This record gives sequence, structure tokens and C-alpha cells, in this order.
Amino acid sequence: MEKNKLGVLLLIGSEAIFFLLLIVAYVSFRNVDTGGPTAVSSLDPLVTGIFSLFLFSSSFTIWRAGKSLLQGRRAAFQGWLLATILLGLVFLAGQAYEWRSLFAQGATINTNLFGTTFFTLTGFHGLHVLAGLTALAIILGMGRAGVDFQTAHPAAVESLSLYWHFVDVVWVVIFGVVYVTLLV
Amino acid sequence: MSRIPLVPESDIPLPGLRSDHGLLSWIASVDHKQIGIMYLLATLAFFLIGGIEALFIRIQLARPENSFLAPDTYNQIFTMHGTTMIFLVVVPMLLGFATYFVPLMIGARDMAYPRLNALSFWLLVFGGLLLYFSFVGGGQPVAGGAGGANGGAPMAGWFSYAPLSERPFSSSSGSDYWALGLLAVGIGTLAGAINLIVTILRLRVPGMSLRRVPLFVWMVLVNGFILLFALPPLNAALVMLLVDRQLNAHFFTPLTGGSAIMWQHYFWAFGHPEVYIMILPAWGMISEIIPVFSRKPIFGYEFVAGSSVAIGVLSFAVYAHHMFTVGLGHPFNAAFSAASMLIAIPTGIKIFNWIATMWGGKIRFTTSMLFAVAFIILFTIGGISGVTFAMVPIDWQMTDTYYVVAHFHYVLFGGTVFAIFAGVYYWFPKMTGKLLSEKWGKWHFWLMFIGFNLTFFVQHILGIVGMPRRVYTYPDLPGWGTMNLISTIGAFVLAFAVLVFIGNVLVSLWRGQPAGDNPWDAWTLEWATTSPPPVYNFEQVPPVRSRRPLYDLAHPDNPDWKRNR
Repeated sequence: MEKNKLGVLLLIGSEAIFFLLLIVAYVSFRNVDTGGPTAVSSLDPLVTGIFSLFLFSSSFTIWRAGKSLLQGRRAAFQGWLLATILLGLVFLAGQAYEWRSLFAQGATINTNLFGTTFFTLTGFHGLHVLAGLTALAIILGMGRAGVDFQTAHPAAVESLSLYWHFVDVVWVVIFGVVYVTLLV
Repeated sequence: MSRIPLVPESDIPLPGLRSDHGLLSWIASVDHKQIGIMYLLATLAFFLIGGIEALFIRIQLARPENSFLAPDTYNQIFTMHGTTMIFLVVVPMLLGFATYFVPLMIGARDMAYPRLNALSFWLLVFGGLLLYFSFVGGGQPVAGGAGGANGGAPMAGWFSYAPLSERPFSSSSGSDYWALGLLAVGIGTLAGAINLIVTILRLRVPGMSLRRVPLFVWMVLVNGFILLFALPPLNAALVMLLVDRQLNAHFFTPLTGGSAIMWQHYFWAFGHPEVYIMILPAWGMISEIIPVFSRKPIFGYEFVAGSSVAIGVLSFAVYAHHMFTVGLGHPFNAAFSAASMLIAIPTGIKIFNWIATMWGGKIRFTTSMLFAVAFIILFTIGGISGVTFAMVPIDWQMTDTYYVVAHFHYVLFGGTVFAIFAGVYYWFPKMTGKLLSEKWGKWHFWLMFIGFNLTFFVQHILGIVGMPRRVYTYPDLPGWGTMNLISTIGAFVLAFAVLVFIGNVLVSLWRGQPAGDNPWDAWTLEWATTSPPPVYNFEQVPPVRSRRPLYDLAHPDNPDWKRNR
């Protein structure tokens, strides 16, 4: 395996443990009721589900970006990359909207254990999305400036793509644990 | 003799040892040898600071009812001593050796990610400075809180148990600096682990299969994986503590529904693998040094490597033996007790590997070998007292006494630090081109061996008779004053031994005997190049057809690869 891809995979392995522990913290405090807003009373799985779709579909667009690069179609590559960035931005905007409505209900990180664990978990995921978007923007900028990734940085897009899929998968798990369980 | 040509030169010239001697050539360096040396120098500096803190502790405890240090100051000093020695000395010093020697031992030009390597190092330095800045910056007095008056260093111990480390009980910003500093160091260490794993898995010279890499490289590889999975629990716990302290959140505050036990789980899920992080590369050094000075290949290479993998896996399944007194229930305690005894088996295997390597060998008692042999003895003592803690009733009796302090100092000082000194005497010639003085070295060794045992052996007894750790003073009970005084005297002998070592380094750098390429007649690739190695490491890497490529080179009629199939 190419060394940069291996490095990213190792990073992903380590980050997976980090998120696992934040999720464990969320789950283990889920049933501690100390008053104030809870997941049941304040989260809306439907709205979050809709903006989650944007993040999920960005895994498809970044895969297309990688394919286009392999096929030497630079315009398509940049187009799919831009689409990925836009989808990620919509997701972040959705998260910001959700946080705002939670704040409006008086749920913040220091209100109670739900707030503490929820905002820490989703906040760290959001930070990872932001980091991914930054990296995507750099790749897009380099592409527009004429960098030929195939020869200069053959593994760059694929490595970043691995990371982006990971951020996506983490959200699948968080969405399942935090939101879907509210429906059953 | 056919030689394998090296990979082509990098397009971008990297600053290196000989190209430029200015300070900038070091600060801006991405060369693994320069970064390795900077690791060793920075961690030596932290070692001296942590050592001075230890002396303060020992002065305070030299006699009963002493008032050399105030209680708050004492708490800060022992917290900083432990934090410094673990996070800023032992782990990064071993990483420094790995950074310098792993690429050389596998015939590589540099690490896989040279810039990331520099980032790891500088995160260590600035993380350490951030931690130490707490002495000046952490002291905002808060109404009704402790701290403040005596400066604001953290004072909740190196494992910083919640809720003691939470705002209501640690109101100075010391614990914030502690968490931030360790986060910086931790992220750097994580990057270092990724870098080392990729280097070992991807940059080995042709012919060097994983069955042929030196055992030090094997240990660094296993260590890298432990770091990779053990640091996230620490980082998660630190982040949660910071969220609690800075944003008034509730993770670890039982009063508002949080769980102090969760901190213990997360911290020790890191903390016990950390113990192996601090010993595995040391085992690797010993596994290089003992064969060379016994003139025999290592006994049971596969067992040393394989048992380390077993330890790497098991190390994640034993952490709760730090929590036997929490009251998690008998099934829980029994499971972790069994796992903790289990892990002693692969550890014991290695002891026998080293002894069997020496058995029948032509042993040369150089200073390096003396430290290596002392390592086996002292580490075994520390290992055995460690197994006693795996037994729940003994743990209940001994926990938080000086028996614990004696135990982990035998493992970490008698073990790791002695191995590090063995490594320093072994590899200093490669790094500098000068041999360390054997005469000074013998003084250094014997002073350190005697000082170490004086300091820590009596602490076993002090613990058994009930002296608790982390108390700033103690009543004048029979024998306590005498034993503590012996310990304090030992600590000063140790300090003197360290001064002798530094003297040795300075004198040897100034007018030491030139080392040549391979002063010990060793067999691994780092000895195939000049001392110190050129920026590009090797002009040509010798062919690797066995575990001892330089032996094969020197004995073309009877090489290892012909004898062992």
C-alpha cells in the first residue's frame, strides 16, 4: 500500500477509538436524568436526517472525483470536488441550525449531561468535517492552479477521500446511536 | 560482493548534520538524525528538571514532620515530577532513539514523513513548556480555592483523578495547563507513532523482511500500534476534562450526574498500555545490546517478537487492575486480575531469552552491557512486585502506599532508564563519532546502581508497613524516619551519578576516543555507515540476507543465511 494511504488509515484507526469513547460517554449518560432538556424532548431525527443525507451523498461525489482524476477528466474532477465541498457545507449549516434551535430551548453544553455529551460528540464530529472541508478546498485550489495530481501527488486525493469516508461513517454511527434510537 | 543501490536523492536538499552548523539548521531540520538528537537533548533537560523535583520530594521526606515544602507545593512538585518523567522523558526519549535509529537500522534514507517528524518533536517541546508555564501562569487565586498563593502548577497527581482535578477542588488553572500540555504532547506522539509504523512497514531496504528486522525495530513497531490505540482514550479524557473545566460541563462531576469512575476507566485505558509503551522500546534496546556483547545472536528471535505482539494486545485488557479499590465487583476484578497475571508470561519469556542469549557467550562487560544486565535484574524485581498487584487482596492492602512507588520505579527507572543508559553507551559512538569514556562510565554505572537500590528498595518495606504515597510528611513511627533518610541519601547518590554521566558526555565529546564505524563489532545496519552518519545515511546499503547483515559481510565463508537455510 502507498505510504500516504497507510498513514491516513492509521490515523483513521486512532480517530475511530477517539469517537468510540465520546459515543460511549454519550450512551452511558443517556439515561441519567438530572432535569432539563433531553434527547427525546429536543432532538428532531427527521430534520437531522435530511441534512445528514447531504453528508452521506458527499461520499459518492468524492468517489466520483477520484474516478474522474484517474480517467484524466480534470474538469469533472474539479466539479465533483466542488460538489463534495458544497454538500459538506450544507451539512455544517444544518448542524448550525440544529444547535441554534437547541440553544433556543435552553439546551447548552453546561445545562445537563445530555447537553455536555451531545455537544461534545457532535461538536468534535463537526470539527472533523471542517478539517476535511479545509483539505478539500486546498486540493481544489491546487487543482485549479494547475497541479497535476496524477504525477505530482498520486495518493493525495485517494488519501483525503479515505478520511472523508471515515468522517461520513462516523456520522452514520452517531446518527444511528443518537437519533435513530429515538424512533424505536 | 553485490550491493544494493540506494533510492535516488530527494529533489529538495534537506538540512543535515554536516551541511550547515548554524542553530537554524537544527531548528528548521527535518532530518531524522538531527530530530532524534534534539529529542534526546530536550528529554535530557526535562529529565534533569524532573530529577530536581524528585530531590525536593526526598528532602521534604528525609525526616518526619519536616517543613521544607508546604503541603500545596509538595502536591505540585510530585504531580509535576510524575507528569514530567512519564510524558516528557521516558516516552519521548524512547521515541528519540527510534527516530534516530529506526531508519538507519532498516537501511532507509529518512522517516516516511520528515516534516511530520519535526512537528512531533516541536509539539513535545511546546507541550512541555505549556505544562511548565503553569508555575507562573496558573496561579490566579480564586475565592475559596486552593492553589493561588503557591503558584498554579497542577496538583492532582499524574493521573489527575476527577473530581479532584475539577474546578471546585482544583481552582487554579494548573489542571488546565496540565490537560492542554498533554494534549499537545499526545498529538505529537500520535503523529510520531504513525510516522514510525509507516517507516517500518514501507521503507525497509530490499531483503529486510519483517523476520529479519532488528528486534529494536520490532519493538518500536508494536509500540507504535499501542500508541495509536492508547492515546485516543487519553486525548478523549483530556478533552472532556477541559470541557468540564472551561465550559462548566458535567462529564466527571458526580454532583451533577457525571461519573468520576469514567475518568478512571478512560485514563487507565490509556494508562496501562502506556506502561508497555514505556518499556517495549527499552526491551528492544536490550535485545540489541545483549547479543552484541555476548557475541551470540539473540536466543529465540521469534519469541521475543511474538511475545511483544501478545503484550501489545493484552496491554489493553489489564488496565482495571489500577481500579481494584473502586468496587467494581468481584467478576470484574477477577477478570482483570487473571489478565494481569497472564501478561506476566510473555514478559517473563523475554527475560529467559536474554539470559539464554548470554549463556555460553563471550560476554564483554562494557558499561553498556553492565546497564543491560542490571536492567534484567532490576526489571525482574519490578515485574515480580507488579504481579503481586494483580492479586486483588494484596492490591487492596498495598494500593497507594510506597510499595507502589517502589514497584513502578523498579520498572521505569531500574527498567527503562537503565536500558536507556545501556542504549546511550551503545549508540553514542554512532551519533557523535566519539566513544564515551569507559572509566567514567563504570563510575556512572556503579553509583547509579547503588543509588537506585538505596533509594527505592526500602520503599517496598515502607509501603508494607503502611506509609501512604503522596503525603507531604509522616509521623515519627518506628523505622520510618531511618528508612526515609536512607531513601533520600540514595536519591542524592543517584543525582551524583547523573552528574557523572553528564560529565562523561562532555569530556567524551571534547576529547573522547574516535569510534570508527563499528566500535562494538555489531551486526545491524546502523553500524555499516560512518559515525556520525552522513545526511543521506548510506552510500550503499549492504545486502540483507539474514538478521545479521554485517556478520555476513565480515564472514563471507560462513554467513548466517547459509547456515540457517
